[in-house]
Amino acid sequence: MEKKKVLEDLKQRFQEKIKETSVQFGDEVLAIDKDSLLDVVKFLKAEPYAYAMLLDLTCVDYLGREPRFDMVYHLYSLSNKHRLRIKAQLSEKDLSVDSLTPIWKNANWLEREVFDLFGVNFNGHPDLRRIFMYDGFEGFPLRKDYPLRKRQPRIPLRD
Amino acid sequence: MEGSFITTKFNDILGWARKYSLFHYPYVTACCGMEYMSAACAHFDIDRFGAGWTRFSPRQSDMLLVVGTITQKLAPVLRTVYEQMTEPKWVVAFGTCAVSGGIYDNYAVVQGIDQIIPVDIYIPGCPPRPETVLNGLVKLQEKIQKQQQEWRWKKRKY
Repeated sequence: MEKKKVLEDLKQRFQEKIKETSVQFGDEVLAIDKDSLLDVVKFLKAEPYAYAMLLDLTCVDYLGREPRFDMVYHLYSLSNKHRLRIKAQLSEKDLSVDSLTPIWKNANWLEREVFDLFGVNFNGHPDLRRIFMYDGFEGFPLRKDYPLRKRQPRIPLRD
Repeated sequence: MEGSFITTKFNDILGWARKYSLFHYPYVTACCGMEYMSAACAHFDIDRFGAGWTRFSPRQSDMLLVVGTITQKLAPVLRTVYEQMTEPKWVVAFGTCAVSGGIYDNYAVVQGIDQIIPVDIYIPGCPPRPETVLNGLVKLQEKIQKQQQEWRWKKRKY
């Protein structure tokens, strides 16, 4: 499939929901409205685009920018050998986005990771609890405003 | 006079026996484990120094080898393992992460296992070569030989 075609089809289909499209290092990037995430993703997973694989799902903290967070999704189409990156902006006040677990099973743990380390809530996630940090850990360590030297030991340390 | 003479010799022979029969417990969490395997197996053969007997239970071991990064999440587990070991016991911090946290100066990693348990020998390197490990082991043996051997166990403070 022609590379440009995906982005054009998306623009045609979703109109103003698609905020920006660009090409970075040979890969298509798509900035969308976070409310339309599920629709866009379902559209992309279906034929003929067939983005069957969710390579990665993560979050970026742009401290000082409004909206502050970016959710980033990397998709890969096995049949078309084509990659696509989707970005959706999240503001700090409404830090939630639809879960992709019903569509890709591997989103489950990836979303738990983002939940644990960034504090993003995923609507419709079947089992949203922390995956890396221990019980009693306060704050979100991958946010830019988490203090660099802050330690939260589980047991009292020797001197 | 008689008493002191016998006590010294007993101390020496106990040290000699202990330093050549180190049963070790490998607490392997990271890539240093590859170097541990290399040091423990036939190429470098840690058994030449009497430490070939790997026990996979802390209750039967003398030497705790902490091999790799210890996270804050894992810290209580490591302390429990240390507490479960019977006296006499020695701890080796194997590799930079166990020594000081290494490159992982962040929220998740303990900055050196001596913040949790007392350490006898620090082996630096990322990861340390097996020669370094064996050198560390020999140094530990010297330490064991020289130390005051205890055989009425007092509870250790840490």
